[in-house]
Amino acid sequence: METRGFTGRRPPPDLGKRVPPGQSVTRDFPVLSAGPTPTVQTESWTFTLKVGPKPVARWTWAEFNALPQTETTRDIHCVTTWSKLDTPWRGVTIDDLLAAAGIAAPTPFALAHSYDGYSTNVPTADLVGGKAMVALAYDGAPIAPDHGGPARLLVPHLYFWKSAKWINGLQFTEQDTAGFWELRGYHMYGDPWREQRYTDDP
Amino acid sequence: MAPGIGARSPWQAATIAAIVPRTGRVASFLLTPERPFAFRAGQHVDVRLTAPDGYQAQRSYSIANAPEDAAAVELAIERLEDGEVSPYFHDVAAVGDRIELRGPIGGHFVWTADDGGPLVLVGGGSGVVPLMSMLRHRARAASRVPALLLLSARTWDEVIFRDELLALHDRRDGFELVLALTREPARRAADFGRRIDRPMAAAILARLPEPARSAFVCGANPFVAAATEGLLAAGVPAAIVRTERYGQ
Repeated sequence: METRGFTGRRPPPDLGKRVPPGQSVTRDFPVLSAGPTPTVQTESWTFTLKVGPKPVARWTWAEFNALPQTETTRDIHCVTTWSKLDTPWRGVTIDDLLAAAGIAAPTPFALAHSYDGYSTNVPTADLVGGKAMVALAYDGAPIAPDHGGPARLLVPHLYFWKSAKWINGLQFTEQDTAGFWELRGYHMYGDPWREQRYTDDP
Repeated sequence: MAPGIGARSPWQAATIAAIVPRTGRVASFLLTPERPFAFRAGQHVDVRLTAPDGYQAQRSYSIANAPEDAAAVELAIERLEDGEVSPYFHDVAAVGDRIELRGPIGGHFVWTADDGGPLVLVGGGSGVVPLMSMLRHRARAASRVPALLLLSARTWDEVIFRDELLALHDRRDGFELVLALTREPARRAADFGRRIDRPMAAAILARLPEPARSAFVCGANPFVAAATEGLLAAGVPAAIVRTERYGQ
């Protein structure tokens, strides 16, 4: 439905095909979260890998930082309609995490868990094959607390609420289990190119 | 199923029924959807504008009115100088125009009278909008839940919904309004003439009859960060603090 008198502002043509529908490019890095920013100390930080209810591997901050690290520069897309291009991250890919735990991807789905009680679901296929990492650095520096530091999930090809801040574990599940926002009206998968923002989006 | 949780919210046309100036930079747009929908105080809608060539821009705006008055959806929109959508609303949109919206959206930053209290609301500038929906709902539901709004604005004249909030305060039904003006001295005895800080958070919490049960903080991120830090330092458990933040 055309809006009378609206012309709009478009991204430059060379960037246009990198910006999903309904998104606009920001140079800022907006902060969105459902509650206060938790204080997470690296001295007591741990990361736990679980299969169902059972822990299969656990790392301290020092142990986790000793795992192989990968750099990646990616575009990210927030469901609140901002996109940020060329964001540089460094962290441990989920492939390397599974290798360090000595297991193959055990189930079709996963839930990321965070220090503030947040959770979000991602299919395992979207975590492996170099598609996702537990990020430890942004733009060459430790991730700021507001942006999910000391460690956050990075699944850049899905809406950014899937990239859980303040992550402290990954739990592999047999069933696709809704997380925090998925229980509150947001999409189970969240592909920005298909505009899967809310529960009822196809 | 509760509104906004798994409910279908397809795009639909809505007509601008009225435009009400609130401050120099904020106006309320009352939109009448073709299919009015139930919502809960604190939820938002997405608005979508379409150019002649099919280009679309969409934004989220919180609902300002009470769920009891669901025939129209009130969006209080601040004009952002470098914005794409808000200048359209302020400079182009007129009564009778039709735009697309979908909603309600959001199942976390919501409060209903049955949730009880005491309720602590902290807003910065246009962050008052979803909190206004909660306070209007509280009044319409004749709730006596103790409630307190700490609202920060640059000046007395930039307090969105100021006169309505003062009138709600004067009902003496358990709601108290506290203003924090950052570029002017305080005008009322209960108010402050500075930015929100830890002592202010502690002082307002002490005015509640019992510890807060829910706290909602809305505004730009630096404001939300400072306000939540103040609440936590004053002993409010992090688990009862819900935040809604926006950039700019």
